Amino acid sequence: MKCTLIWQTARLSRRTLLQRLGAAGMLVVLRPAGAWATKETVQQAIRQLIGAREPQPGGVTLRLPKIAETGNSVPLTITADSPMTPEDHVLRIHVFVEGNPEPVAATYHLGRRAGKAEISTRLRLARSQTVLALAEMSDGSVRSGTASIVVTLGACVEEVWGN
Amino acid sequence: MQPRPRLPWCESRPDRRWASARVSARVLVSLVVILGAACTGAGLLLAGELSPYTVEDRRSGYTYLSEDNQRLQDDDFANPGLLWVEQGRALWHQADSTTGMSCASCHGDATASMRGVRTRYPHFDSQRGKLINLEQQINRCREQRMQALPYPYESETLLALTTFVGWQSRGLPMHVSIDGPAQPFFEAGRAFYMQRRGQLDLACTHCHDQYAGQRLRGDVISQGQSNGFPIYRHTWQTLGSTHRMFAWCNTSVRAAPSPLGADEYVNLELFVAWRGRGLPVETPAVRR
Amino acid sequence: MAEPRVRVPSTAKQGEIIEIKTLLSHPMETGHSRDVYGKLIPRYIIHTFTCTYNGEEVFRADWHPAIAANPYLAFYTVATESGRLRFEWIDDKDTVYATEAEITVV
Repeated sequence: MKCTLIWQTARLSRRTLLQRLGAAGMLVVLRPAGAWATKETVQQAIRQLIGAREPQPGGVTLRLPKIAETGNSVPLTITADSPMTPEDHVLRIHVFVEGNPEPVAATYHLGRRAGKAEISTRLRLARSQTVLALAEMSDGSVRSGTASIVVTLGACVEEVWGN
Repeated sequence: MQPRPRLPWCESRPDRRWASARVSARVLVSLVVILGAACTGAGLLLAGELSPYTVEDRRSGYTYLSEDNQRLQDDDFANPGLLWVEQGRALWHQADSTTGMSCASCHGDATASMRGVRTRYPHFDSQRGKLINLEQQINRCREQRMQALPYPYESETLLALTTFVGWQSRGLPMHVSIDGPAQPFFEAGRAFYMQRRGQLDLACTHCHDQYAGQRLRGDVISQGQSNGFPIYRHTWQTLGSTHRMFAWCNTSVRAAPSPLGADEYVNLELFVAWRGRGLPVETPAVRR
Repeated sequence: MAEPRVRVPSTAKQGEIIEIKTLLSHPMETGHSRDVYGKLIPRYIIHTFTCTYNGEEVFRADWHPAIAANPYLAFYTVATESGRLRFEWIDDKDTVYATEAEITVV
């Protein structure tokens, strides 16, 4: 039958295929050293945004896939527990991506008219990392939450193919 | 080190732990019930003219996506490809020529006039004496009927119109014609598919027939079906056509790509469309 | 490019918390990618998004390159009165993308 012929053409040994693709892998462009966010730059960014306050873990949930099929578009939903009343609400939510070239992903300004402290967006992630979200509350406290993710195809830095 | 996670959609080799498992009568009965329900579901789907994502041994790229990306494709708001559908809709009604004509002048409401069109392209065109694909047909209409300049291949305008027209056939099964005058071009497309090329000396068939479902470093190789094109591809972070995909694949095996719109790519497009016969049009699909 | 897409309920009850979805076309070029010649592609992203409700700002986002291309954002606001919601995106070249939606609050 015609179909069967197509599926049996020119069998390539797995070993040869892997060898050739391994060679192609050598052409991945690597970032120069020092071009990534570090623990220090992340801490610096946190200090810049929330000052000297210590974030308290809890009260902030991140919904992030455990494995990113592609780092170019990773869905993220952040929910901060808060009644969102004029007296008690979330002022801002900051998102940090410590495994990326730049440590801060976004800052969302909510306020009393937000109704619900929940944001959904799509991130670009360069490699496997822990995403951190800080929620600044109206009483001056800061709550935090994290989620870890494995990124198999990184964004930002993998320019293997010419497009 | 953490063991590599097993992804549910990857067709991995059978796990030895299951080899010695005994199947109880209860499990058998449950399987029969589930199978019966699935068949009924499939039957209902076919009766409603919409095609399932898997037809015989042909699998749409949708079946190789993570749940998140499947949901993104199905989201009638957030699918980024819809931005091009909307732009295409605007272009459809835009008078853009000395004659003051628009696509709508001849074709009216695209929902009716363009339904089913995507399922038949590319096809043999007697005027050209060779195949014509959807992009070329749109440009032919512009030049000959509207006295307007053709859109460059892969321009935002041509992508938008192609996606808008493709969108009108969403869910309908691909059904290209490969006999009669189209036959030699179909055979040329098949030859291209089977031909080794590039420094890596690989043919399309090696990845997409032989290794479909298996891992390529961090990725899973699909069957390379084209029923979802133009696709919103995360690697490109934008929408792209079939020919852009062919050029990307050629570059990936270190072969010089052909120019977009080249005859060999249109022939290949027909062969690949035939390979995916029966699969639903998913334009605009979301892919990695 | 295409118009920004927003999804806002056309009607809502007074005080109801409504979800707003937004999507628009933008490359969100990070400034860390390289072209085929190895040259860095300059950064070009949308850096600010604002939502105003009858002229009052109810939501704002400051974006950095880690936001994916063709940015999607969903957030919430309280339906306080009938009127117009205006959405604005500003990018590095100071281009402003804007769209509006009407809402009737009963």
